[in-house]
Amino acid sequence: MSFTVEEFATMDSIIARYPKSRSAIMPLLHFVQSIDGYITKLGIETIATKLDLAAAEVTAVSTFYTQYKSEPVGEYHVGICTNTLCAVMGGDAIYESICDHLGIKKDQTTSDGKVSLERIECNAACDYAPVVMVNWEFYDNQTPASVTELVDNIRMGNPPAPTRGPNSLRTWKQNSAVLAGFSDGLAEEGVQAGAPTLLGLEIAKSQGKK
Amino acid sequence: MTQLTPVLSEHWDEADSFTLAGYKRSGGYTALEKAFKSTPDEVIALVKESGLRGRGGAGFPTGNKWSFIPQGDNKAHYLVVNADESEPGTCKDIPLLMADPHVLIEGMIIASYAIRANHSFIYLRGEVVHVFRRVQKAIEDAYAAGLLGKNILGSGFDLDLTLHAGAGAYICGEETALLDSLEGFRGQPRLRPPFPAIAGLYAMPTVVNNVESIASVPAIINNGATWFQSMGTEKSKGFTLYSLSGHVMRPGQFEAPLGITLREILELAGGVRAGHQLKFWTPGGSSTPMFTADQLDVALDYEDVAAAGSMLGTKALQIFDETTCVVRAVLRWVEFYKHESCGKCTPCREGTYWLVQMLKDLEAGNGTEADLEKLLDLCDNIAGRSFCALADGAVAPIISSLKYFRAEYLLHFSEGGCPFDPVASTLFETAGA
Repeated sequence: MSFTVEEFATMDSIIARYPKSRSAIMPLLHFVQSIDGYITKLGIETIATKLDLAAAEVTAVSTFYTQYKSEPVGEYHVGICTNTLCAVMGGDAIYESICDHLGIKKDQTTSDGKVSLERIECNAACDYAPVVMVNWEFYDNQTPASVTELVDNIRMGNPPAPTRGPNSLRTWKQNSAVLAGFSDGLAEEGVQAGAPTLLGLEIAKSQGKK
Repeated sequence: MTQLTPVLSEHWDEADSFTLAGYKRSGGYTALEKAFKSTPDEVIALVKESGLRGRGGAGFPTGNKWSFIPQGDNKAHYLVVNADESEPGTCKDIPLLMADPHVLIEGMIIASYAIRANHSFIYLRGEVVHVFRRVQKAIEDAYAAGLLGKNILGSGFDLDLTLHAGAGAYICGEETALLDSLEGFRGQPRLRPPFPAIAGLYAMPTVVNNVESIASVPAIINNGATWFQSMGTEKSKGFTLYSLSGHVMRPGQFEAPLGITLREILELAGGVRAGHQLKFWTPGGSSTPMFTADQLDVALDYEDVAAAGSMLGTKALQIFDETTCVVRAVLRWVEFYKHESCGKCTPCREGTYWLVQMLKDLEAGNGTEADLEKLLDLCDNIAGRSFCALADGAVAPIISSLKYFRAEYLLHFSEGGCPFDPVASTLFETAGA
């Protein structure tokens, strides 16, 4: 296994975005995940060579950040917010019920390779609690029943669209490419805002003030 | 009753608010043209005069921060926008960027012009792919329209803007850790001084500002400092986003003048969820000491919240009703800080580990009153002893919960476990889930 000539050229284009090459390490790691699905040894070594660093220096960075995975995850990586507010409002119950339903726990993947689970920290959507992320897309206002249906549909090959996101759910690798800075052309799909985001504005308008 | 003041959120209900066309239709990029007619120093003076203070938590005056950048030093200057919104409860910058990324870009061009930066960065947390798409598209469209790149709108000013995705580390919301991360290292805070204004990104003079701070700049340029000062309180000027979440009838974003109270916001939101009462709340995220119903009338500005014993922080109002066990809530927050401690400073790395061990025992009912003193003693040996404020945030919920709810900790010991039913605090308790 090696990276292709095109992939090497893409890595060079990432490095060219920054005044200093080392700054490219994070998007390069996202890029490796878009190809391999996780941070492979070859990915680490390739980045190290590109940036003129020791492999240990790249590993030190990749292991610091939780979005970089040292093992393969599912095609659809499901993150259940169990930080305090979401946990109290139902995140803990969602997590327990989905573990029972799938027969896996956090940081594990279903045997078909479709779904992996993670307990995530606050994802900046508390007014939509309890929140679940799939491949880092928003699934708002979830319940144990809705998340069971969500993962069942994913495993049947029919993943539902995110609540606030594109019209269809992309794979883990595809979304990793977006985070590496490569547009998939879906920016204009989906809503501009959900109802809680607009609540204050709506009330202000009814107050007769703008 | 305080009137809400939608400025940042004014056009969020338009379906194409995130597009260049939508932004321009509502007056977008006119502030930039106006700013280019002033000198950079005049722009800094105007922002200083407005009284705008940082909306990321610390409340440092934005114009002052800009004025600290040395001029005529023949060095590259950088503006870095902190879009790593991760403080538990905080959920304002992410919806702002999803609905209106161009207001941030316009503010960044103006700020970069003011501090004479020709390359600026947005450090966006990596766990929000659709927001990344929106911001990236906005940057591409701004380049295509001549709003970024060389000689912007014929002004002679050049600016490149790079969007950078984080990868799941709360600590990178701390400005010096963010800079280390952007330079390609593990995100660990730096010792200050030197401050970023002197030695920031690549050791060059750098301004790091929160999304909401920079997004507030175009409106200030267009409407003037006096207009901005007409809102808010004596030392906390202007409008800001308050994020209401938790056990309330209608959670959401409320843009209001600084100084509105939680009682007023709760009234607008229909109150605490039906049949329940307010137990405790955070004024600005989990790192800010909690309040109870006794602080419902505290003006939510920098001074009054501090005087009442907490911090305005990110204005993340997390509401918990009487079904919530405060010990469980505090344990979960402290587990978060333990997980997110970067490991650089021993008091934080080791201290948060021991805090979790102790709190787990206390929640399980295995404790005595003397353990609460030990817990406070541990907090005392953690707070203020590290490079950054992460560990201070970790002890804030412990100390404040013991101040208001000591009896509830003791109840865990006498009951031999948690006396609360976690199902009662979920939103679907009545759905039989």
